[in-house]
Amino acid sequence: MTHRPPQQLRAAVTGGTSGLGRALVAELLRRGARVAFVARHADAVRRTADELHGSHGIVGDVSSKDDIYPLALQITGTLGGLDVLVNNASSLGPAPLALLADTDCEDLEQALATNLVGPFRLTKALLGSLAASAREGRHPIVVNISSDAAVTPYETWGAYGASKAALLHLGRIWDGELRGEGVRVVSIDPGDMDTPLHELAVPGADRGTLKRPEDAAREIVDAIVALTAASPAPTIEPEVLQ
Amino acid sequence: MKPAVLPRHGPRRAKLLVVDARGRITHHAAADLPRFIRRGDLVVANDAATLPASLAATHVRTGEPVEIRLASRRSLAPDAVTAFTAVVFGAGDYRTATEHRPSPPALSVGDTLIVGPLRATIAAVHDHPRLVDIRFAASVEEIWAALARHGRPIQYSYIQEPLAMWDTWTSIASQPVAFEAPSAGFILDWSTMRALRARHARVVTITHAAGISSTGDPDLDRMLPLDEPYVIPPATAALINRSKRRGGRVIAVGTTVVRALEHAARRTGHVRAGCGVATGRIEAQTGLLVVDGIVSGMHEPGTSHYELLRAFQEDDALETMAVEAEDHDYRTHEFGDAVLIERFARVERLGLDVHGDSPLNECGGTIA
Repeated sequence: MTHRPPQQLRAAVTGGTSGLGRALVAELLRRGARVAFVARHADAVRRTADELHGSHGIVGDVSSKDDIYPLALQITGTLGGLDVLVNNASSLGPAPLALLADTDCEDLEQALATNLVGPFRLTKALLGSLAASAREGRHPIVVNISSDAAVTPYETWGAYGASKAALLHLGRIWDGELRGEGVRVVSIDPGDMDTPLHELAVPGADRGTLKRPEDAAREIVDAIVALTAASPAPTIEPEVLQ
Repeated sequence: MKPAVLPRHGPRRAKLLVVDARGRITHHAAADLPRFIRRGDLVVANDAATLPASLAATHVRTGEPVEIRLASRRSLAPDAVTAFTAVVFGAGDYRTATEHRPSPPALSVGDTLIVGPLRATIAAVHDHPRLVDIRFAASVEEIWAALARHGRPIQYSYIQEPLAMWDTWTSIASQPVAFEAPSAGFILDWSTMRALRARHARVVTITHAAGISSTGDPDLDRMLPLDEPYVIPPATAALINRSKRRGGRVIAVGTTVVRALEHAARRTGHVRAGCGVATGRIEAQTGLLVVDGIVSGMHEPGTSHYELLRAFQEDDALETMAVEAEDHDYRTHEFGDAVLIERFARVERLGLDVHGDSPLNECGGTIA
């Protein structure tokens, strides 16, 4: 067994080749974590792994049932365990955004598969590793990247908003159920960011008004570090992080 | 007894046969397990996740298809995946019982096997022509990716549908180091663990690289189990030793846990944290130093698992157990029913004085 410094976090980030996910990988590496990231396209995974030195790139699609265990195997295999899982990969649903009544069922299903069922499956597959981390005296967490669309019913954001609302609720229930195992599940809304997903939703938005993903990543990793710190017990109320 | 033929697990469907410390037998549902665990007991499970250890490969020198079953590795370090001991089968798949599978071509040191994008070289041929050491020529990341994409769980001919990886991971599956599922652990779903906590019994874990159980070849099977490295976390060792001092029982979930804990305690009678390789068999004459009860799958007389149960109970009780299990239609094998066997009360503990916890056994090497 490789002995790690006690504080070295083992983290996995889905959707790690662009936008917030990529910024999270970079920020976690900067703080000394061991990081694996997941994304669908092999070329982008390879490029990101080369650029973010020390990261482990894994190719797979969280919305695909058959990819989940292969992903879990590679994440826990390469990192030797897991303390932090960031469910970041997200699907907008229809692009451009559409009224619900104009939304294809397939687009709603895709949003649910990526934003709800995928995080559920991957978290479930990695729960053994997270619980093992807790038994080692660490404070493992699952971070679900949320959105104000999870709370506010914005018109034309139906597929995305409904899937993110469901993920938020899932996270709350799971957080309660897993307290006894020492595993936290938190949801964090990073705010409107200058990312490919935002460009898809609101093409041509004034980028100057949008948050840089690097800034959001720094705030989220601050929260992760606080929540996973051994002591004192975390006092942050994760759901109001913005 | 009949094998379970569907890969269903978790306690909801399975049955539980209990042999108590006086050798009395009762029948229950597996979900009732927590009722038999007392305040202060420690339940110790193996949290190894199961590797997709069956690899379809081509033997380059002859061009013949073979199946490689990864069977053992020397260390559990995450990057120790370049070298494995493996059993090689000839063409065919799990639909043919292993004892009827054709032999692979003659294997020689230096032969190349191709698995998806990976090349493996045979580094040694053991005392049996199908038991070899292989070495993958790739980075650790590439090896994990290839195992994830091209590996499948080891299959069983009596299971009706092919096993997927999710069938072979227990709820607590963590590090992927087991070659076959540590299947006794299927009884522990999250609600059972919650019920145990509510009874003030803790569930703790070790990680043990459960090896392959059978190859269908009597000569090879006599060489099993191969070396099975394990890791006992310091927190687990400390809790076990504390529990023993306070009179709590240690209930092992699975034969691998018994082998690891007894091995780690064999010098001083108390469990040493760290890494080791469980060698030696546990059988009727073995004096158990640590484990007070075992939760296990249902195993038939004559198997090594059954031999291990003889360290817990008199033969009379085990014979009655086998008869009753047959009468009550218990299912054997990986996805079958369960037994809880308490150590027979007359089996005396060795009078070892237990003081504190021994220092961590460093994980670089293995305990001799």
